[in-house]
Amino acid sequence: MSLLHLAIISPLILAIFIPFVHKTFPKIHTGWFLLPLPVLLFAYFLTFLSTTINGQTTMETLAWIPTLGINFTVRLDGLGLLFALLITGIGSLVVLYSIYYLSKEKEKLNQFYVYLLLFMGAMLGVVLSDNLIVLYAFWELTSFSSFLLIGYWNHRERSRYGAQKSMLITVFGGLSMLGGIILLYLMTGTFSISEAIGLAEVIVNHELFTAALLCFLLGAFTKSAQFPFHIWLPDAMEAPTPVSAYLHSATMVKAGIYLVARLTPIFAFSGLWIWLVAGIGILTLFWGSFNAVKHTDLKGILAYSTISQLGLIMSLLGLGAASLHYSTIDAGFYTVAVSAAVFHLLNHATFKGSLFMMVGIVDHETGTRDIRNLGGLMTIMPITFTIAIIGAFSMAGLPPFNGFLSKEMFFSGMLRAQEIGFFNMNTLGIIFPIVAWVASVFTFIYSMIIVFKTFTGKYQPEKLKVKPHEASIGMLISPVILVSLVVIIGFFPNLVSPLINTVMASILPGMEFDVQIYFWHGFTPELFMTIGVIIVGVLLYKFMPKWTGVYTRMPERFSLNSAYDNGLAAIQKGANRFTNAYMTNSIRTYLIYIFVFFIFILGTTLIVKNAFTIDTSNVADIHAFEVVLVAIIAVGSISILFAKSRMTAIILLGAVGYSVSLFYAIFRAPDLALTQLVIETVSVALFLLAFYHLPKLSRHEETRKFKLGNAIISVGVGVVVTMIALSAYSSKEFESISQYYIENTYKKAGGENMVNVILVDFRGFDTLFEIAVLAIAALGIFSLIKLRLTRGKEQG
Amino acid sequence: MKTNNVILETATKVIVFIILLFSVYMFFAGHYEPGGGFIGGLMASGAIVLLLIAYDIKTVTSILPFDFKKVTAVGLLFAAGTAAGGLLFGKPLLTHWFTYVYPPLLGKMSLNTTVLFDAGVFLVVVGVTMTIIQTIGESE
Repeated sequence: MSLLHLAIISPLILAIFIPFVHKTFPKIHTGWFLLPLPVLLFAYFLTFLSTTINGQTTMETLAWIPTLGINFTVRLDGLGLLFALLITGIGSLVVLYSIYYLSKEKEKLNQFYVYLLLFMGAMLGVVLSDNLIVLYAFWELTSFSSFLLIGYWNHRERSRYGAQKSMLITVFGGLSMLGGIILLYLMTGTFSISEAIGLAEVIVNHELFTAALLCFLLGAFTKSAQFPFHIWLPDAMEAPTPVSAYLHSATMVKAGIYLVARLTPIFAFSGLWIWLVAGIGILTLFWGSFNAVKHTDLKGILAYSTISQLGLIMSLLGLGAASLHYSTIDAGFYTVAVSAAVFHLLNHATFKGSLFMMVGIVDHETGTRDIRNLGGLMTIMPITFTIAIIGAFSMAGLPPFNGFLSKEMFFSGMLRAQEIGFFNMNTLGIIFPIVAWVASVFTFIYSMIIVFKTFTGKYQPEKLKVKPHEASIGMLISPVILVSLVVIIGFFPNLVSPLINTVMASILPGMEFDVQIYFWHGFTPELFMTIGVIIVGVLLYKFMPKWTGVYTRMPERFSLNSAYDNGLAAIQKGANRFTNAYMTNSIRTYLIYIFVFFIFILGTTLIVKNAFTIDTSNVADIHAFEVVLVAIIAVGSISILFAKSRMTAIILLGAVGYSVSLFYAIFRAPDLALTQLVIETVSVALFLLAFYHLPKLSRHEETRKFKLGNAIISVGVGVVVTMIALSAYSSKEFESISQYYIENTYKKAGGENMVNVILVDFRGFDTLFEIAVLAIAALGIFSLIKLRLTRGKEQG
Repeated sequence: MKTNNVILETATKVIVFIILLFSVYMFFAGHYEPGGGFIGGLMASGAIVLLLIAYDIKTVTSILPFDFKKVTAVGLLFAAGTAAGGLLFGKPLLTHWFTYVYPPLLGKMSLNTTVLFDAGVFLVVVGVTMTIIQTIGESE
């Protein structure tokens, strides 16, 4: 275990201690105990900065299940480092912010911080794992922690709805990604991303290529809220604002982008990848920004804005992937899209994070986030206003902030789309700059709405629940740090360009980059596009009431949200109907299902495979006492059928069981005999206990049909089992494994009782799961009986 | 009606200890002779069941004031902990370790991490059987 591994799991370890700390120090806000960790981790990852920029990647492996090729391999390259810095950096700021945002008296802080740490560790795991299976495990963990955090205020119906929605959509995507991982494994025989990249040429010609590509993209698109899966993100805004700032704008929703960036070297050789990633991205960009304008909830606007910005980055990655098709010299022309994507990813985290925190402050200090009730807060909350104006202007793409720079690069990336000379890009590519420009106009409009509807206009104190005032200094620190970054990166973009170069090297391997970012490019089309955005945006903003009618044109029932709701309801209804059709609450019916299925499957297999054989060449003599034992068992089992009372039946069953254990003893299986003996004893005792509760055994006459059915099934089971037993003995298809155990039990496990050594050592994994199942069964019985009792009391 | 079970009760007082002791022997013998955590655990629960039959559930709960659900949990923790222990030494999950020691008087003895794993199995089996039996028994 290296320090890097420790860094990833340290949040998970700390999470174990949080509940205890919370209990021991109720006077101190739990967040303070948390804060040092992300700060330390941030500092730790910073130490990798210089070596990574020099092109070194750090790789550490920890064996997990080496026989299956699943190892906890950590690989820190430019892309991973950028994300790790974002996760820990923004994480520190968010934790600091949350200390002032969440009251230590009213909130269940222990739960909140456990979930947050869970997320932090999981997210670090996602971006640093080189093994796809490990990545997948962490990926799902981020979905779970996001679910828990969205539903944090679980007394609210909307929170639960949002949590469920995000969970269903992202886990659906996660599962399809798992499918993609398996397909990729089938093609390459490895779970390692870096090894798969080396085999990219094998993969692209494989018949499973398209299927794997689609599976991975489903995973990425659901996680990063791309159209039409974006619907979960607005509902996720029910989470506490620090969570929205952290998970749902800066980090988790970018996991999809991370995945796309990470897999670009594998999949980008196909036109489908470029078209899908760029196309869905640009569609999402437009749809998100278009819908953001209609919202009146500040967080709703930010949610749609996040969707659209994610689409922007996605589309850039898609177009940038085209550069892999060119030789190194020409490629530089297209790599601008990728550098814009990386740069905007960083910028988005800074300005969107600060905007979310700003909205949190407004919500915290005024009690509302509805822009219809807000206004004129400029003089009351001057610092918050400054944060908002810098953040929003950067988002709108105005100089001199960092958003302007990445927006310009975005435009140049889009303009160059037409010049990609394949996959119909030269004809259809014209769509990209046009849609990008239209979407930017809407982006401009909603950015203005956020600033001016909140902070200017008429102050309406009567609509606010509390008297607003400027937020406490602790709450302002984090957003102020973020907006300072917005300004600093805006003026000195080349501070981050070495990092961008390194990140690009991991997205587009084998190329050299020298990205330099300048304010002034001359009178380029990009500049005119920006000027156009500002002019049209200002005009549209001024005359908003005239055109917002478009939003009411589309009826609610055709929206994606109602499709989701209706689909979910229909699935539940269908599942209910299906389940009720065969769950009759009668054990007899269930046993019939099991036995009929058993006879059918095994019987057909025996016949179809022509597997039934009897070989008597290797059979020992039958002794008299064996015959006696068989007779006892047979008589015992048949008498159970005719027993008049339950007590007799239980005792007869016990007799059969003990006779079977005698058989084990005769055939030299002392462990089995012992187990059977004790099991028999305990289960007879259990029967006797349950005996009180059972109704008196009634033997009313059943119909002939009923009896006949039972007889056929029971005889069928008996015949099939006998046939299998005989055939299994007679045909030795495989070499017996017992020789291996005989040879190795003492040598490798230091034991002499083979059965026990197999149980605890050779096949310990089985045992571990078996006892887990046992424990679950016990808890199941416990809750079944106890819950029934309490419900009885409530009703009675 | 209170039935009089003097013979059973008196016999139980002695027999329970014999069975319990035997179950511990079974458990430790497991690696070399027939036995092990599963059988040992079942036998121990058999002893407790005998107590239950001879006396009643309240007496047993006062003699053994454990929450058997917690016993199950502790057992699982033992097993999973032993399984994960190998990871700390850079070995894959569920790698066991053993050695031989030669203490005075006792002769050759083996120390094996599987014992810890088996102890987990033992506890889980006792916990599970007792949870089931207690729950059903109490539900009258």
